[in-house]
Amino acid sequence: MSERVPRARIAMLHGIVRREEKLLIEAFGRSPEIELVLLEERAMVFAPAAGYGFDAVLSRSVSFSRGLYARRIFEARGVPCFNSARVAETCGDKLLTSLALENASVPQPEFRVAFDETAALESMEAMGFPVVLKPVVGSWGRLVARADDRDAAESLLEHRAALPSYMHHVYYLQRYVDKGGYDVRAFVVGERVVAAIRRWSANWRTNTHRGGRAEALAVGDDLSSVCLSAARAVGGGMLAIDLFETRDGYLVNEVNDTMEFRNSIEPTGVDIPGAMVEHVLSQVTEGAGACGRLAS
Amino acid sequence: MPACPVCEADVPVSADALVHELVDCGDCATELEIASLSPPVLREAPVEEEDWGE
Repeated sequence: MSERVPRARIAMLHGIVRREEKLLIEAFGRSPEIELVLLEERAMVFAPAAGYGFDAVLSRSVSFSRGLYARRIFEARGVPCFNSARVAETCGDKLLTSLALENASVPQPEFRVAFDETAALESMEAMGFPVVLKPVVGSWGRLVARADDRDAAESLLEHRAALPSYMHHVYYLQRYVDKGGYDVRAFVVGERVVAAIRRWSANWRTNTHRGGRAEALAVGDDLSSVCLSAARAVGGGMLAIDLFETRDGYLVNEVNDTMEFRNSIEPTGVDIPGAMVEHVLSQVTEGAGACGRLAS
Repeated sequence: MPACPVCEADVPVSADALVHELVDCGDCATELEIASLSPPVLREAPVEEEDWGE
């Protein structure tokens, strides 16, 4: 009996190997059509004239900047990346995400951006407290703060202004949404919402990275529609969409590029890494090339 | 069995472990990264940076 020859040589860019990366490596191992190459980002040096002997790159870097710049290099050499650098750039910046959602008329919480403490404070007053202050770049709820009144807002802005990085002086303000103890995370892979969960938490930041509890949520037409619209708005691919469920429908809070799914497999029973591997293979073998674009 | 670089306690590494996988030291709770498998060597895991996440 002859062995099946892999049809695609896929590289997975990574740093530390978390549960997600391990599950993806196992999923790749179940596909005889793929030869997996592991690229450890800290050991790599990207030279301008380098050629790469693989068909595509799945970026699983936990670092936004490393993942983004590596993808830019690969794409400049004609190697498609999943997700693309453009998707990573958009999802990695809350303002870019909000603008993309707004341009596509995807419902989201009201937001504003200011570059000055006084202007930010006035803007928060105009929005009405509570207001959520977020760094434009950052994840896992780091430095996300809720100002319940003007006094709290002044303190938060003063602290933020004292931080050395210029990125902390871009004040992304979002109207606080009372979400009743949970938010929704939906996983888009290509043109499908493959799974969704409700994330419950006693903390107003419902992030499973912060210890939120996950339970399966059936994907209805309304959830599917808003998620696919959000995915298309940022460029498509494999994306975790975080939403608030309100009386007026879903609001998209964030769109995550290097999605974390370890806590969602067991409650939903969905093989999310398997769906991701299938998606990458289909994109490569169908010659989509341009990095997981969705038909819009 | 590799030793924790912080407290020198033995840290079990599973048979299906991968290089760069994270493990916790059972004694001092330090998060560790598997630097190599043959021979098994552990180092302290990198500290979370500002741009880490999804």
